[in-house]
Amino acid sequence: MNYEIKLDIFEGPLDLLLYLIRKNEIDICNIPIALITEQYLAHLGMMHSLNLDLAGEYLVLASTLVHIKSKMLLPPAEGEDEDEEGEDPRAELVQQLLEYQMFKEAALGLEDRPLLERDVFTRGAPGEAESAAEEEAMIEVGIFELVEAFRRIIAGLDHPEQLAIDAQKLSLADRINEIMDRLSEEKQTTFAELLGETADRRRIVYTFLAILELMKLRMIRAFQVGPFGAIRLFLSVEE
Amino acid sequence: MGGGMTVMEEKVAIIEALIFASETPLTAERVMEIMPGAEKKEIVSLVGELVRQYGQRGGGICLREVAGGFQFQTRAELAPWIRKLKAVRPAMLSPAALETLAVVAYRQPLVKAEIDRIRGVDVSGALKGLLEKKIVRIVGRKDVPGKPIIYGTTRKFLEVFNLRDLSELPTLRELKDLHE
Repeated sequence: MNYEIKLDIFEGPLDLLLYLIRKNEIDICNIPIALITEQYLAHLGMMHSLNLDLAGEYLVLASTLVHIKSKMLLPPAEGEDEDEEGEDPRAELVQQLLEYQMFKEAALGLEDRPLLERDVFTRGAPGEAESAAEEEAMIEVGIFELVEAFRRIIAGLDHPEQLAIDAQKLSLADRINEIMDRLSEEKQTTFAELLGETADRRRIVYTFLAILELMKLRMIRAFQVGPFGAIRLFLSVEE
Repeated sequence: MGGGMTVMEEKVAIIEALIFASETPLTAERVMEIMPGAEKKEIVSLVGELVRQYGQRGGGICLREVAGGFQFQTRAELAPWIRKLKAVRPAMLSPAALETLAVVAYRQPLVKAEIDRIRGVDVSGALKGLLEKKIVRIVGRKDVPGKPIIYGTTRKFLEVFNLRDLSELPTLRELKDLHE
């Protein structure tokens, strides 16, 4: 698998599938299952190689795709008329995709409305007090946003690989400590700051792993103000 | 007051003041409670007059029907200025939350399993967030084994998304094609 894979932020397996269909400019009602299955699995493989904990739903859909592919490879059953084709094995999936797509569009439609406290404002303090009480103005980021940010930083490296041998031994524990020290001093930092301060690929990877580990341990929290916004890291303070 | 005001002008003024002072969208029913003797039909036409006046004026404020009541709002185009004033970032919903909300809004009342099925993922997290924000609520339990919880949208959903009522939601594209 040599082709470049762009990891978008997917909302789930159906979203990934829709993305592949759009990218290949395919008619949703006539999906070339072999091609799509291959690309879908390639995406999963990449997510797996990034050590992402793949949600089970992704694997379920993968098996559905493979199942459909195998069904389509089978010759039509004996005695079946040419024009009386059996049901397209893709039908159910297509139906599900269309339905999901419809709601995805509806979600965008909702977001486009003049939203209270974003586009329109009402008089009076209660709304303000409430919005101040509302927990986070920022979206807590998950693994996909982090991986996407990681990819962008790796892609932004000028030189493909620094060949100088790094005499300094890196350890994950050291990097974790460095990040924690830094966060306790500066209260917050951004993902890009931590990763971008060095062009050393290995160090970037260690930094990324350290951040993931810290998030897993709930020592730090990551937030983002919007898609592709800067990812900010905070200590999760529990005093 | 008084001056050269007609009775009708004065009533319009009262309603205008009520809407201004009300913390939530003001309904015609509430106006009726406050102004005894006024009939609903009359109130509706008076509010209509007020809406017309504000529309004609074309200033920074408009009078809109939201969640079954009336409310003054700043004009959407002026949002950048108000945001500067408030200096708080608007609370935004994540794409996952928006998708989940769209399913609830259009298919309500419904159980979580149905939302899971449509989105193809487990929506527990997104649903919890919407419940906490009081945009979605529990409307009951389905009378099937396990008695799963049924969800629906709230009045706050209408307020936040600036909808008169649920019927103002745009119709789903291709919905018909799907259920032919």
